[in-house]
Formats: sequence, C-alpha cells, structure tokens
Amino acid sequence: MKNSKKEPIDWNGAIKEIASGGVVRTLLSVVLGFLVGAAFMIASNKEFLAATGYLFADPLASIRAAGNVVAEGYGALFRGSLFNAEAASFESAIRPLTESLRLAGPLIAAGLGIALGFRVGLFNIGGTGQMVSGMIWATFVATRMDLPPVLHFIVALVAAIVGASLLGALVGYLKARTGANEVITTIMLNYVMVNLFSFLLLNQNLLQGAETGGNAKADPAAETARLPLLLGESFSLHLGFILALVAVVVYWWLLERSTIGFRMRAVGFNPSAARTAGIRVEKTYIIALALSAAFIGLAGANQALAATGGVSPSSHSGIGFDAITVALLGGSSAPGVLLAGLLFGAFKAGGASVQAAGISPDVLAIIQGAIVLFIAAPPLIRAIFRLPLSPSTSILSGLKARFFGGKGAK
Amino acid sequence: MKLELKGVTKKFGSLVANDSIDLVVESGEIHSLLGENGAGKSTLMNVLYGLYQADAGQILLDNQVVKFSGPGDAMAAGIGMVHQHFMLIPVFTVAENVALGHEPTKGFGTLDLEAARNLVIKISDRFGFNIDPDALVEDLPVGSQQRVEIIKSLARDAKILVLDEPTAVLTPQETDELMGIMRDLAKAGTSIVFITHKLREVKAVADRITVIRQGKVVGQADPSAPTSELASMMVGREVGLTVEKNSAQLGEEVLRVENISVLDDRDQKAVQGVSFSVRAGEILAIAGVQGNGQTELAEAILGLRKPFGEQGEVIISGVNVTKDSVRQRLESGVGFVPEDRKKDGLVSEFSIEENLMLNGSFRAPFSKGLSINFLKRSKVAQELLNQFDVRAPSAKTITGNLSGGNQQKVVLARELSREVKLLVVSQPTRGVDVGSIEFIHERIVEERNQGKAIVLISTELDEVTALADRIAIMYRGQIVGIVDAKTDRAKLGQMMAGVAA
Repeated sequence: MKNSKKEPIDWNGAIKEIASGGVVRTLLSVVLGFLVGAAFMIASNKEFLAATGYLFADPLASIRAAGNVVAEGYGALFRGSLFNAEAASFESAIRPLTESLRLAGPLIAAGLGIALGFRVGLFNIGGTGQMVSGMIWATFVATRMDLPPVLHFIVALVAAIVGASLLGALVGYLKARTGANEVITTIMLNYVMVNLFSFLLLNQNLLQGAETGGNAKADPAAETARLPLLLGESFSLHLGFILALVAVVVYWWLLERSTIGFRMRAVGFNPSAARTAGIRVEKTYIIALALSAAFIGLAGANQALAATGGVSPSSHSGIGFDAITVALLGGSSAPGVLLAGLLFGAFKAGGASVQAAGISPDVLAIIQGAIVLFIAAPPLIRAIFRLPLSPSTSILSGLKARFFGGKGAK
Repeated sequence: MKLELKGVTKKFGSLVANDSIDLVVESGEIHSLLGENGAGKSTLMNVLYGLYQADAGQILLDNQVVKFSGPGDAMAAGIGMVHQHFMLIPVFTVAENVALGHEPTKGFGTLDLEAARNLVIKISDRFGFNIDPDALVEDLPVGSQQRVEIIKSLARDAKILVLDEPTAVLTPQETDELMGIMRDLAKAGTSIVFITHKLREVKAVADRITVIRQGKVVGQADPSAPTSELASMMVGREVGLTVEKNSAQLGEEVLRVENISVLDDRDQKAVQGVSFSVRAGEILAIAGVQGNGQTELAEAILGLRKPFGEQGEVIISGVNVTKDSVRQRLESGVGFVPEDRKKDGLVSEFSIEENLMLNGSFRAPFSKGLSINFLKRSKVAQELLNQFDVRAPSAKTITGNLSGGNQQKVVLARELSREVKLLVVSQPTRGVDVGSIEFIHERIVEERNQGKAIVLISTELDEVTALADRIAIMYRGQIVGIVDAKTDRAKLGQMMAGVAA
C-alpha cells in the first residue's frame, strides 16, 4: 500500500491540454485581431476601393493597394509604439517605446485590479469610479498639502491607493451585507464618482485650480508630489511604470503565494466549499474588492501625479474600462496582465502615428475589440484552428459541441 | 416488446463508459441492470434513450434495428424512462405534467386537459396508483411523484420502461409498493429495465439480472443466486459486507445537541426540536430517507446554519458553541465530511495539496506568516497521499480529475489529519467504488476506536447497520427514535417511514 503505483505520463493528453490552454488561444486571438484590423484598413482605403473598380482589368492593382495599406498601417503602428527607424536621432527613435511603457503603466495596474476581482469570482466594473476616487485623494494631497519632497509623493501615492480601496471596500460591504450585486453598484458608483470629481473641481475652495478660467480642472500636482521622470527631461516616462511592475510582483505574491490569496481563490472557485472550510466568504469579498480597488488606485495616482497640467474629470482616460479588456486578455495572471497591458499601451502610443499615416486610429480600437471578442469566444477559435476541446465540461464547451461539433446530432 | 442491445460502445475521450455491451430484455420481463456507481449503467440507458449517440453497436426493438437521435425518437418508439431525479414541474397538476410535451388539443389548438385527466385516471385505476389528476405535483409525496413519472411514460404508450435507481429516494414501504407496481406492469406486458446497485431489491423483483462492471457485462445471474455471489460479481472480488469492530469503549460526552430547529434554503423548518448526544468512542448513525433534515442538522452542528429561534444549543465537550463561527468550531476539534463533496468538500479546480490545506490556511503547518509554506505542504500532502491510499499521479494533480473514491479520501485525509475529537461524516461512501468503501469504513471505525465521537449521517441502511453503535432515525425533521444497532431492518424501515419505536 505504501508504494502506490505510478501511472505513466500522458504526453498525448498533456499536449492536448497545452494546445487547448489559455496561452495558445490568447496568442491566436491576438493574431486574428490584427487580421481583422488589416481587413478594416484595406476596406477603408481609397486606393484599394478605386482599384476594385477595375478589378478584372488589373486584379494585381487591388492586391497591391491592399498590401500597401496594411504595410503602411502596421508600419506606422510599429514606428509609433516601438522604434522609429526613420527618426533623426537615436533619442527620438526610441521615444515611441518609452511612450508605450508610460501609457502601459496605469493599464497594467488597473488591469491587475480587475483581474484580482475575476480570480475571486467578482466582476468589478467600477474601475473608473475607483480610479477617480484615488485621483481625488491624490489631487488633494498633491495640490492642497505642503510636504517635503519624497514624503509628499509617498503620502499622495498612499492616499490614492487608500482612497480607491475604501470605495472598493464599500462595494464589498454592500455585497456582503445586503447581497447587492457588485456589477450594479460599481457601475452606479462610476457615475457618482465622476460627477463628484467634477463638483470638487468646480469650486475654488475645494479642488479647483487657481488659473482655470472656470473650467473643471485642478492645479498641477506640486513638484514635490510628482512622479519622478526615469530617463531625464527629454522623455516623459516616469516612475509610474516601475510602480506598475512592482504591482505585478505584489499581485503574483498575493494570489499565488499568500494564504489570503489562497482563500480568495478558493472563494472564487467554490464559495460553498470555502464556507464549509471555515473561510468567511463575505469578509473575503470585502477584502478582495478593497485589494482590487487598491491596484486601480495606483492607476489613479499615475494619472493624478504624472500630469504636468492639472487633472480634469476626464483624466481617467477610460483606463477603468480598458483594464477589463487587459485583465481578460491577460487571463487574470500576473505575467498575462503585464503583457496585455504592454500591448494595449503600445496601441495607445501608436495611435497618433497611425493617424499621421492616413489611417483612422479607430482601427486600433477595432483590433482591441476583436482580440477580446476572440478571447471570449474560445469555441470559435478552437473551431477555426481545429484545436482539441479542453476536457472540462463548461457551458462554453457545451455550446461548442452544439454548434461546432462537426458530427451533429441530426 | 423485446429490446436487444448489440455491442453498444460509448466512449468519453479516453474513458470507455460502455464496452461492447450485449443485453436482451424479453417482453414482459423485469430485467435488472446491476452494477456499482460509475459502472456505466446510466450511460447505457442514456444511449438507449437517445441522449447519447453510441460510438458502435446496435439497438433492436422486436428484432428491428432502430436509431434514435434524441429522447423524442425513443419515446415515439415506445421507450419510457423514469430518471433518478424527477422531470416534473412542481407547480403543475398531475394531468398537466402528463400532458406536457404531447398536449392533446381540440379545435384551434386549445388544450384538452379533460383528455389528459381521463388518461391519468384510466392508467391510475388500471394499476392501482391512486393518483389524483388535479393534485399539484409539489404537494405529492416522493413515492407518488415517481408514479406520476411512470404514468407519463405509460401515457405515451411505453412498452419498455427504464427505471434509473428508482428506490434511492423512497422509504422501504414505498419501495415495496413500487415493486408491486413493477410486477403488475410486467404482467401487463411492459418490459422493465431496473437499474440499481441494491442487491436486496434485485433479488426481490427481478426476473433476470445482468451485472455490469467497469463498462463491461460481466455476466448474467439468476435472482435466486446468493447475495454474496451477486456482490462479488458486481465488484469483481469477495467483499466483506460487514466491518470488524469490537464493542464501544465509551468515554465522556463530546457532542450534545439540545432542542435544535433549523431552516432549509427555502426557509422551511427542516429540523424541528432535535436533541441527542454522542460520547467519545461511539458511532451514532443518523439514518433516514434523503431529505428528512439530516443535511441541515449536520450543517447546524458545524455552524453553517444558525439554529432557528432563540432556543437550541450545540455543546461540544461541555462548551456551548452555538454562537461560534464555522472556523472556531473546526479549530476547536470538529472534523466535517460534507455529503456533497464536489459542492462543499472540495474545490475541484484546486490541486490535491491545495484541497488538503483548504481549512488549514490560517495556521501551521500550511502557513508561515502571510505566505503559504510550500515545502511543508508538499511534504504533508505526500504523507497523507500514502497514508490514505489516494491513487493520483502526484499531490499536484487537479482534484476534479480524480475518481469519486479518491476525492473522498482527500476529504477524509484532510479532516482526519487534524486534531479532532468530533467527526461529522455525511454520506461518506456515496459515489465511491467498493474498494474505497471498505477503506473509508475501516478508517471511520479506527477513529472511533481511538476515542473520537462520530456522527455518521447516511441514507444507506447497510452502511448504518455495519458501522453504528446506536442509530437515530430521522423523519420529517424529527428524530423518531434512537435505537440499538442490532435492531432488525424491518423495524428500522418502519421507523424511516415515520412509525415511532
């Protein structure tokens, strides 16, 4: 009985598992997203449309036009987000990359927050509200308090994180106490917080800046509270990106290594088993939403403390919603969210360059949307690429069997 | 109608649920399909009923090959099925339930409920079912609901009736009545496939027996064959149906439940004023038909449900824990094996290691400060795997991929490896293979011999009589009586139906 029989390793099964697993699927989704983007670029291109007019006379012309526009579009995206080989100096050649990193910072931080919610089975749609909450507190500290350097920045950063997580905890409390669905409460709180921010920014006695001409705008953050630049004055990349990387490590430790993370995952997978094991599910919801919002608060600090101008109610830049996409694309894992955040940061950085190439930057939004659509429709991906069905019996795989099953019931 | 299955094979991935099964059910015969949980009985019947498509093999009705693409085809061909879980709409009347799916209509498509009522009355009278067509299904006792299911099949001219574990939810008396009905139906020419793993019932009612083990037919048997022979055919070896144990060495009182009432999920009183006590070194079995308040009682002992009203106390080793949380009770020495391990006992997506620390994440050895102590966890897990004979490639295997028996051993390993003085075990061998049943029973008795107080909640009378020192019988939320373990089965059966001792 002591030496239980070792079963041989099922290599075949393992390969199947990997092929049907998240990583391959995600990469395929990204590839497909870019193909969809290419299709839109082609379809909206004047030369291509003109060439289709004499398609039969000169079919190569339309193919050439299509090839050109795609090459131009993605070339511009590359130049705008990674490396601009056409630039005059090395400095300006790598500026796009630093911009991508700068813009990726808050996306990564907020993406981690949303991802944490996913892991605990919570759908936190309140990224915007929680970010704004963090921005309000950070802006207060950064524009209304006078503290020595370093300390001022730390206090502002902590204020943003605490401010956001208090709002998250409120959502958790409402859920634990009254059963209020977090999807509803977080969406509603988005409106509350954005409008509260506008209100605060319209009163000189509150957060409105001194020289804003009546606009809803704060003073620029005090020099002492600002996120320090990383690569000198000629680049705007700042400490926010490093903080986001730290957040990735913290998130990984929290969920994969810590006991609180273990309990959160248990609640996420199976709340009744967690409850039976003595884990207080309601308390875990409150903690999880507070932690989720804390990561989002870091994104809020990034927006409030980086701006050289003052923040306005729209300074959250929709990151709260983009973060949902980042979390989904990243499969809610620490490295996944990091990569997804970098990709989306690159999209943001490359927008201007794509537009300059005469292609609507909306194509980038379409690519992002398409990627998520493909992620959210794994059965479709599997059907297209003929991947094996994962052994789990989920609703999705059921649907897949129903609609893409090859050998139908009839 | 004669039913014949030839070489039916059904695979799920690499698992062969049915391996080239041959089966012949003659017209008017009660044919028992005997096998353990997971032997492939239900899969076979789902193939017959058109719910699954066979990978190979044929189905013949009266020597004609038929092909079903769904239950609709099977029903049209004269096959009726009564599932273990009834497919009835509780808020509809009997007649409405029977009509559902092939509603009789008169002009302009209006529902002809009168026709459905008459049909119910006709069938009910013919077989002495005693069912009122206008009664709401939710108001009927379980046994009558089952008869409504049978009426549903007969109303569609079923010539072959498949009963899937029909006695699981019945009291012994209701079981006897069902057997009478089965005999009457067979006499009237209906062929019956009776799926079960209960040997006594098979011997009582079957004309012929086919035994299935691990997806294969292992043989035919005659109902007159001795029970032990059927059992060993079913499990493939000699099985000790009894567990060796000496008389109880009673210690101090460990658990006292005082006048406790508990609400269920629908806010109905599931437990009403129950009191009992368990001493160290004894096994108190709580027997009863499923759904008579045992689940809620167990959850109240653990603290998952609060007692209803002001009265009611749970006292463990002299300490009143009524207001304590689940975690406090677990840490004060309560081990708990829930009846539904998939829902309450395990996180299927977690590895074995992770499940072993599910209720131990707050303290050593599994935690070190705020971190998980991974090294220690692997070590503890490996020891427990060996100690509890969990068959898995490694402690990192995902628990959901294990068999029912191995999953249950993981739960037991977790609960028994902690310092417990009281063990509450619900349905410890449900959906567990026979090899594991023996192991689990032995472990439970071992814990008792070591001086732990054990509350065993089970609906299996065999398990109760094999393990218990005393038996408390629950019926409709109350304890009908607490009797000695040597009380005879007939008496226990009566008590399970609510007749006081």
